[in-house]
Amino acid sequence: MGILDKITARAAPLNVSRRGFLAGSGALVLATTLPVRPTKAQEAGAAAEPAAVQAFLELRADGTAVLRSPFIEGGQGIYSAMAQIVGEELDLDPMAFTVESAPPGGPFGVMGGYRITGGSASTRTAYPIMRQLGASARAMLIEAAATRWDVEAATLITEPGAVVDPDSGNRLGYGELAEAAMDLPVPTEVTLKEEADFRWLKTGMPRLDVRDKSTGRARYALDVEVDGMLLAAVQHAPRLGMTPSAVTNQAEIEGMRGVHSVHMLDGAVAVVAEKFWQARRAVEAAEVEWTEGEAEWPMPADFSSTGFRDTLAGSSGEVVEIEAEGDAAAALDAADTVIEAVYDAPFVVHGQLEPPSATARFNDDGTLELWLPNQAPEQFVGAAAEAAGIDPAQVTLHSQMLGGFFGRHFLYRTANPFPQAIALAQATGRPVKLIWTREEDFLRDAPRPLGLAKFRGAVGEDRAVSLEATVVGEGPTQRWYNAPPGSDPSASEGISGKSYALANKAIGQIPVANPAVIGYWRSVGHSMHDFMYEGFLDELAEASGQDPYEMRLQLLSGNDRLTTLLTRTAELSGGWKPGPYEAEDGTTRARGVAMASPFGSEAAAIAEVSLDRGAVRVHNIWTAIDPGTIVNPAVIEAQVQSAVALGLSETLVEELVYENGEPTARNFDMYEILRPYMMPEVHVEVIESGAQMGGVGEPGLPAVPPAVVNAVAQLTGQRVRSLPLSKHDFG
Amino acid sequence: MKLTVNGTEHEVDVEPDTPLLWVIREELGLLGTKYGCGVAQCGACTVLVDGYATRSCVTPADSVEGTQIRTIETVEETETGRRVVEAWVENQVPQCGYCQSGQVLAATALLTETPQPTDGDIEAAMTNLCRCGTYNKIRAAVHKASEA
Ligand code: FES
Ligand code: FES
Repeated sequence: MGILDKITARAAPLNVSRRGFLAGSGALVLATTLPVRPTKAQEAGAAAEPAAVQAFLELRADGTAVLRSPFIEGGQGIYSAMAQIVGEELDLDPMAFTVESAPPGGPFGVMGGYRITGGSASTRTAYPIMRQLGASARAMLIEAAATRWDVEAATLITEPGAVVDPDSGNRLGYGELAEAAMDLPVPTEVTLKEEADFRWLKTGMPRLDVRDKSTGRARYALDVEVDGMLLAAVQHAPRLGMTPSAVTNQAEIEGMRGVHSVHMLDGAVAVVAEKFWQARRAVEAAEVEWTEGEAEWPMPADFSSTGFRDTLAGSSGEVVEIEAEGDAAAALDAADTVIEAVYDAPFVVHGQLEPPSATARFNDDGTLELWLPNQAPEQFVGAAAEAAGIDPAQVTLHSQMLGGFFGRHFLYRTANPFPQAIALAQATGRPVKLIWTREEDFLRDAPRPLGLAKFRGAVGEDRAVSLEATVVGEGPTQRWYNAPPGSDPSASEGISGKSYALANKAIGQIPVANPAVIGYWRSVGHSMHDFMYEGFLDELAEASGQDPYEMRLQLLSGNDRLTTLLTRTAELSGGWKPGPYEAEDGTTRARGVAMASPFGSEAAAIAEVSLDRGAVRVHNIWTAIDPGTIVNPAVIEAQVQSAVALGLSETLVEELVYENGEPTARNFDMYEILRPYMMPEVHVEVIESGAQMGGVGEPGLPAVPPAVVNAVAQLTGQRVRSLPLSKHDFG
Repeated sequence: MKLTVNGTEHEVDVEPDTPLLWVIREELGLLGTKYGCGVAQCGACTVLVDGYATRSCVTPADSVEGTQIRTIETVEETETGRRVVEAWVENQVPQCGYCQSGQVLAATALLTETPQPTDGDIEAAMTNLCRCGTYNKIRAAVHKASEA
């Protein structure tokens, strides 16, 4: 099973427990114990963790609360969401919480024995657990007050932060009750609040960290400081798979100001110095001779992204079935009108604004401490132990707030700096903080794979009758978690998993290994496959003489949730109007529409575009998202704005090109990303259909690229089947 | 060399062409100024030099001797900076937050020069990158700060 399947599985049954070892600390301390399905790394992580910090929730005598989030904050607002959910059931103002990232192991595997920060899965998997945690704590506080006042617990109520006896007017703050509550058994059953009684859930309350992030006080991995640390910079082999054989001017760079030492690592040369700038200046001056090394995925010296696209387009291997309905092949054979198309999307980098770094310190007792950005703490502990040659129990991991992630900080061999930081700390006997410059990040990022799909479709009068779609390539879940072709959603999602009722369809995959080190990128397979599918759907509409919006409504007939979503999106845009038409500012504009079903949520988007000196300009995006059940509409709106921006970025300008086994761009000067002037107005509607809770971090993205590309076709008659738009000339 | 940062003169002993960014972070220990690209593309390293938004990653330290340098740590000591921060909080601008020190300082420089900016003024002045795509909230917050 792929990791994306795992994370969408329902959270396991829950047991809230008191942490006995903290009894007598004057605080009410609650954790959950879950039936654990341990992985190797997890066993490792659990053993590694200091027992005293296993608690989820600590309610202290001074009335403050500390919540340990199983998920790592990186801009998606997860710390605030966790506080909002626990605070609601506990009846404590979410703003009163301090939220920290939970250490590896222990009770934090809320996804059924493990946890990652990804798959837009955090809130939806933790929601029931966090509510029960808050409700259990509240019940214990009420019980403690009832004992103190010698009244029935059922007669007591709470107000934010206090238990109140309406009869006597007695009132005790949670802090005053915390110690007594800790002596009580954890209730086996608690009643969760009715929605009508929600004080904070479903409100757009502000996030906890916004002031710190507006005043430079927020701290990231790049800001970590450890006593006595040295700073390190690396120069990677330009092509992955090469390794240094000599630094010909080693003596010279060793003599540069501040330099401590020069090191040849696997695939890179490192300089360690008193200051990072000194290390960087020196490592850039290093003249290195490179030779073929022993990398697991060496880049072929003749690898190019153009050549790889041709390889995928020419692949005719066996098709592994993913979805089938009716008889697509027979319907295609029988049809008068059959259209075919090949779509592709390029490699793209994560480009999170904080460059990767890692700080490593070996303590006197042989244990290793690490400070780094990550989306999967237990996996990092396991890999760090392996790199250091020690037991996982001897590794302490301090997960840092992320300066953006979008999939960058999963465990990808060769893409994470920490093994190098560990090697340098071992070699120097000092704590080492290693920073990868942006150039080194581009060189060793695990980009979104270049993807390609082939489509054949048959249309009759006023309808699509058959669709055959074959994705060609490899998804990150196959690479990193051994998901087999056909069962790896990351390789096909957005072409598989569509909701349109087509009588005949055949969705399959031709597995072709990708020579590059590939990774997860915000919305993963959806980030490109919905562009391909929804683009081809518009081609089918055109071939059958249908309006693309009307055709989608027809294919969704009987599906109330998606019909509502699509019509609300059209209403948001002032009614469906494909154009072209002249706008008030004299530009000629047209609109396109698209839909996506990513990560348990549903989304639709309408884009409005014009041409500006041959380039596409996007004026408006109207988008509706239905995550089923919501926690914070303001956070959802912000996440959709953010996802739309990233979707536009890849649609308009992003493309990582490889030549001779190397990326040709090493920084944002040669690799364009969305700039402020390219940002359109984004109009977001959040629809709460009441369906099971879906994700919100990624689902706003996938419908955007096809909506834009469909609008461009409407405006220019030019059907774009290969992203980004910037490589096409619209005259 | 002597650098005046946040109103205090500091004697720093670095190579003269060391980028101001790394002097601020590594010599003065002011960590609110961020490194994002090092090549004047992103603006995460923005500081104010005599009030002007300046990309410190490509500013040699010796070129700003004798100027007044302000970093995010003291932005709220100016009336305009204080208004900008409040507008950022009210509009809930930051996501990951990594670009926002630079964005707040760029907005402060803009509003100091042009107290009532148009959308065009904002587009011309606010060129820092935000990978989290907070651009619309930034624009709204700049307008908000200009009203106060
Ligand atoms: S770090 Fe200076 S502009 Fe990017
Ligand atoms: S808030 Fe993350 S880069 Fe701007």
